[in-house]
Amino acid sequence: MDTLPLASGDAAKPLTPAELRELYSLMVAVRHLDASAIAWQRQGIIPGYAPELGQEAAQVGSGYAVDTTRDFVFPTYREMGVARTMGVDMVAYMSTHKATWHGGLYDPQQTRLAPIQAVVAGSVLHAVGWAHGQTLAGTADGSLGVAMTYFGDGASSQGDVHEALNFAAVMKAPVVFFVQNNGWAISVPTERQVAGGSVAARAAGYGMPALQIDGDDVVAVVEATRRAFAHARSGQGPVLIEAMTYRRGPHSTSDDPGRYRSLDEERDGAGLDPLERFRQRLLAEGIADGVFFAEALAAAKAEEEHLRIGIQALGSRPGTEMFDLVFQETTPALQAQAANWREESEHV
Amino acid sequence: MSNSILEGGTAAPVTAPSTMMSMQQALNRALDEVLAENPKAVIFGEDCGRLGGVFRITDGLQAKHGEQRVFDTPLAESGILGMSVGLAMAGFHPIPEVQFDGFAYPAINQIVCQVARMNYRSRGTLPMPITLRVPSFGGIRAPEHHGESLEALFAHVPGLKVVSPSNPHEAYHLLKYAATRPDPVIFMEPKSRYWQKGEVDLTRHDAADGGGSPTGAKVMRAGRHLTLVAWGAMVARCLQVAELAAEDGIDIEVLDLRWLKPVDAEALGASVRKTRRAVVVHEAPLTSGLGAEVAQLITQSCFDTLKAPVERVTGFDVPYPSGDLEDEYIPNIDRILFGIQRVLEYKRG
Ligand SMILES: Cc1ncc(C[n+]2csc(CCOP(=O)(O)OP(=O)(O)O)c2C)c(N)n1
Repeated sequence: MDTLPLASGDAAKPLTPAELRELYSLMVAVRHLDASAIAWQRQGIIPGYAPELGQEAAQVGSGYAVDTTRDFVFPTYREMGVARTMGVDMVAYMSTHKATWHGGLYDPQQTRLAPIQAVVAGSVLHAVGWAHGQTLAGTADGSLGVAMTYFGDGASSQGDVHEALNFAAVMKAPVVFFVQNNGWAISVPTERQVAGGSVAARAAGYGMPALQIDGDDVVAVVEATRRAFAHARSGQGPVLIEAMTYRRGPHSTSDDPGRYRSLDEERDGAGLDPLERFRQRLLAEGIADGVFFAEALAAAKAEEEHLRIGIQALGSRPGTEMFDLVFQETTPALQAQAANWREESEHV
Repeated sequence: MSNSILEGGTAAPVTAPSTMMSMQQALNRALDEVLAENPKAVIFGEDCGRLGGVFRITDGLQAKHGEQRVFDTPLAESGILGMSVGLAMAGFHPIPEVQFDGFAYPAINQIVCQVARMNYRSRGTLPMPITLRVPSFGGIRAPEHHGESLEALFAHVPGLKVVSPSNPHEAYHLLKYAATRPDPVIFMEPKSRYWQKGEVDLTRHDAADGGGSPTGAKVMRAGRHLTLVAWGAMVARCLQVAELAAEDGIDIEVLDLRWLKPVDAEALGASVRKTRRAVVVHEAPLTSGLGAEVAQLITQSCFDTLKAPVERVTGFDVPYPSGDLEDEYIPNIDRILFGIQRVLEYKRG
């Protein structure tokens, strides 16, 4: 499905060989870090993690279209690949999985990435509000900052998503709704989650253009997201992209997918690995060679090593922050509780 | 709402078939039996069916009782609770699950405006026999919104009852009891205790010790010097504290409140009239927490005999922190001992 008017200008330009190689390097880095995070959980370095094996193309491709000087991204708990692509410090990002601080330790204003969100569909309306702020600020069409919000097929069942779609469409807010339909919401498959055929099909009810794309094809994802951004940036309102992908392996490190699908079913559903698929394409088109792939992997390994050291070195935040960061202006009751806590925990 | 305070407790009949199981197994068994005994009972929620719930509380129930009785819903808490209302109107006995405490918030509108009021609104013609199971409280280093203590919020809503088990025996009996009531019950399962094993006496169908009321509080340890009032996971911690205090010659009574609404004021009064001192322990934030309610009930019935103001040892007025700070937030043994000390050393001005 594609009801979005065709793009022109920059958004219509094909990706350059250098960009294609950069996308591959990003995907390898994300794949490698994702696998490492699972290993770290098993080794007790981090208590939990939400893997994204198989979603690298959807994440890297969409994140690649973001202009961090003016756009803003609203993630869920599974957008490590988007964060990495946007250049967020990965130790600060992973600190949420280290149980150091819920939203992560990166600065949302500076990185343009909202805090990690545990509530499914929790930030979809936030994106609409931020985007409407662009309109209110009087930013000229053509240079509007765009909000991109991520959610899953499962999250699309939440009422908040429907309110967000309607608000955005009514207000012509510059929002890109990026749905990663990875086939599953924990144990429940999409057909038990989404009525009406697809999430993309719903956009029509809000008069909103939508694209359903192959989310495992990183080039298709970049192109679709660039088109959607161009549309929203020029003041024509929101776009919904449904990237069809597949979550291989567990939903989280405490999940057991063997209870709801077999490995054979996973293999059949998953299709070709998006990373391998892209590698073959780059090889076939003569854009990259074995040396390049080896270097990309080596860089990913070096990065992983660096991150592991950084994550292991992350200490706990001082307990006082628990009290100090509740309000901009604290309350006497909270100050008393903090003083009491310091005394009883012998932290003074 | 009455429960006799049993000094020393009554011995269980020696013939009672007791069996060791975890709280997860006890809850699972209770649900299995509820489904078998009540053809109108239905269980549903996110991942309850095939997966058996993320905590496996509904493990195997779909395979055994079928997809009509145990089913997965789309991922929408307001939808789950709204659906429960309609099912109850149609004569069913819904036992929905909200996957984690923090995701009851998206359902609050349905819980407060619909579930809690339909019976009242309909002048008793549309009862809401809904048992909402909520894996609750912290202690498992989980992500944000996976460790909230909502008891005061639920207890404040007219039309809801709230209960929380502290061990497998209580879990089995309280859930079986709650799931056969004609009114909405919020069943708060202390998730940090799911895998803890304990003796379950399956024969005591009244869910109470020694034949008392299934809606009462329960003395888990009798003592003379001070009453610790707790519920959920804090009961086990208070029992630990009582053992430690006993080494210093302080004899502590531990009262498991069990029902957070309605609170068993009689049992509270009886215990504190005996010990003359009380400390309430809960994981929820201090301000406007259930501890305030408990303290007031104690003051009302024991004002003349109290030796010191009732103390509270609680979480703080901060959003539930990330795993690394969890141990600072949840009342630990030291903080409870400090609370006890404040009460024991209190001098009238
Ligand atoms: C409001 C809310 N309810 C329940 C949960 C528990 N939960 C976490 S992820 C998840 C499934 C999400 O599925 P989907 O939106 O398709 O995203 P995916 O994880 O597959 O990427 C559930 C039920 C939650 N985080 N938020």
